[in-house]
Amino acid sequence: MARLAALTGNNAAAEAIRQIKPDVFAAYPITPQTELAEEVAQFVADGILDTEYIPVESEHSSMSVCIGASLAGARAMTATASCGLAYMWELLPTTASLRSPVVMVVVNRAFNAPLNIHCSHDDSMGARDSGWVQLYSENAQEMYDNLIQAVKIAEDETIRLPVMVCMDGFIISHAVERLLLLEDEKVKNFLGEFKPVHSLLEVNNPVTIGACALPDYYTEHKKQHSEALRRSLDKIMEVANEYAKISGRSYSLFESYQLADAEYGIVIVNSAAGVTRTVVDKLRKEGVKAGLLKIRVYRPFPAAQIVQALKNLKVVAVLERTDSFGGVGSPVFTDISAAFMEAQTKEKPLMVNYIYGLGGRDVGLKDIGKVYANLQVINQKGKIEKSFAYLQARE
Amino acid sequence: MRKLQGWKDIPIGTAIIEAGSSVKYLTGEWRNARPEHNKDKCTNCLLCWIYCPDGAIIVEDSQVTGINYDYCKGCGICAAECPPKVKAITMVKNQN
Amino acid sequence: MSDLIEIRWHSRGGQGAMVAVRTLARAVIKDNKYAQGLPEFGPERMGAPIKAYNRFSTQPFSLYCRIVNPHVVVLLDPSVAKIVDVTEGIYDDSKLLVNVCLPPQEVRERLKLKNGKIYTVDATRIAQETLGRPMPNTPMMGALIKLVPVISLEVLLNEVVGEFIGKCSPGIVEANLAAIKRGFEEVSEE
Repeated sequence: MARLAALTGNNAAAEAIRQIKPDVFAAYPITPQTELAEEVAQFVADGILDTEYIPVESEHSSMSVCIGASLAGARAMTATASCGLAYMWELLPTTASLRSPVVMVVVNRAFNAPLNIHCSHDDSMGARDSGWVQLYSENAQEMYDNLIQAVKIAEDETIRLPVMVCMDGFIISHAVERLLLLEDEKVKNFLGEFKPVHSLLEVNNPVTIGACALPDYYTEHKKQHSEALRRSLDKIMEVANEYAKISGRSYSLFESYQLADAEYGIVIVNSAAGVTRTVVDKLRKEGVKAGLLKIRVYRPFPAAQIVQALKNLKVVAVLERTDSFGGVGSPVFTDISAAFMEAQTKEKPLMVNYIYGLGGRDVGLKDIGKVYANLQVINQKGKIEKSFAYLQARE
Repeated sequence: MRKLQGWKDIPIGTAIIEAGSSVKYLTGEWRNARPEHNKDKCTNCLLCWIYCPDGAIIVEDSQVTGINYDYCKGCGICAAECPPKVKAITMVKNQN
Repeated sequence: MSDLIEIRWHSRGGQGAMVAVRTLARAVIKDNKYAQGLPEFGPERMGAPIKAYNRFSTQPFSLYCRIVNPHVVVLLDPSVAKIVDVTEGIYDDSKLLVNVCLPPQEVRERLKLKNGKIYTVDATRIAQETLGRPMPNTPMMGALIKLVPVISLEVLLNEVVGEFIGKCSPGIVEANLAAIKRGFEEVSEE
């Protein structure tokens, strides 16, 4: 029987980690991830989790430890946020191209400056091109479910890639909510044991990993990595279907909510999708054909599937909790625009890009309601006057 | 000439799965001067063997028997370390 | 979602509002209902005015945002009312639960409040007498479920016992239970 639990997002991640049983957990505490790192340490100290907890002196070291452990054949995990993720940046592409299946929780927090401990998606969105799989979670339940699936995806022999699982700092990481947990045994059986392709500790079969490759071979290594990441899209769905069988909870590459016949859509990532869904329900009652597309898998980007889901809408707003300064638009907006360019569909919606919720700025029902109202105005006018805007910035 | 492999053929994650594969890489081609060893002068002190960065001094039964020109890069350390009173190794410039 | 109750707590950092919203949420969820306990972190220092939120419902909801129109406002420290508009966004029939040693009518006059219904409890005094420390959050939880009977007093007491057991001495657990019970019993309403 599934267990009913009342946990914060951080608690939920720690609980998943307890059940995943990593051989090595190397983390450095940083707000708003601290409670998670503390809880895992508590599990180890209390003897209920048999994991080598390595209290490193920095995030650069935590990822270095994870890479070494992973290549030696260990299941390695870590967690971080914001500046912590930035500090381990150098190791992110290294982890991925070494094909180390490290799984990391990212508790999304804004970048400085000014100093801010609250939620933006600057950290993980900034790391989108580092070659990791990225999963995003609306709430504590999704963090728990995604984290367990992440290990299965990462360690699959055909994939072997690190996975980042993200949730909103404070809004989810520090809020108690209701969720269902699996039995320890079910998680154990679902994941099985990690079997490394080449282990650094196998003395009878020594290998060299991470040596130098000059221009004659570097491209081939990158092509191989790129293909593995693209290929992982199918595996992510396969794992989701398998997970649905043991949990009763279905996941897809993204959540389509009332999109099939929608005219006005919002594309959004993480917790604000919950608020958006509530607004969609309200608008549907009023006869407005509103819909929601919530990104779950952002890397690899499910371009063709998203085009299919959005092409028949009239107007779409991509709402994002980070800016790609000086770019055409924010990360998800740019990807969706490129996806339509690639697909060359006849039908495509008018599309706008709004930045919201920076540094923990609350986004409520009214804010999302205004966006849907804007989309209806754009539809009436038949053209976009301003395709990029900061939603909540005071003039 | 070495045949370059495609991306599907190389092991994943940059792994080099063959141990000691550097043996196949004959670095002796780089040389522009080569050490010549004179057995008659040599006292077998083995200083050249200790200092050679490429392990190119051939030693059999504690006797220096010659130089492995497959790997000797011609750096001249052996000749420099050979005691001045012995001078059993001399560097000879390549002809071309 | 019609039975969704939204509660906004006003307090100062260090008075235990975060613990209170989380404990209440846990108790309600373990009673097989839906709940959220969401603290709002400000400058992270003792004494700074902070807000925290509770949502209770018998149905699932996905509101990951602040509460702007509360059904209930809990004022853990009445002095916060001087610097924060604690009645912002309330409905005509919203309830205000204030930790104060004054009768509800006097609180109404001081807050210059026209609408809503006021409840008072002297939570700081109860805490001092039961816990020996001026921690008003514990009695306030008891008082809150008196006017928002989403769970029984027993469910809340069980949750607190579950949370404290093994971490605190039996004496401290008993003192907290006594504080909650007195908070529950000593609420005055208009």
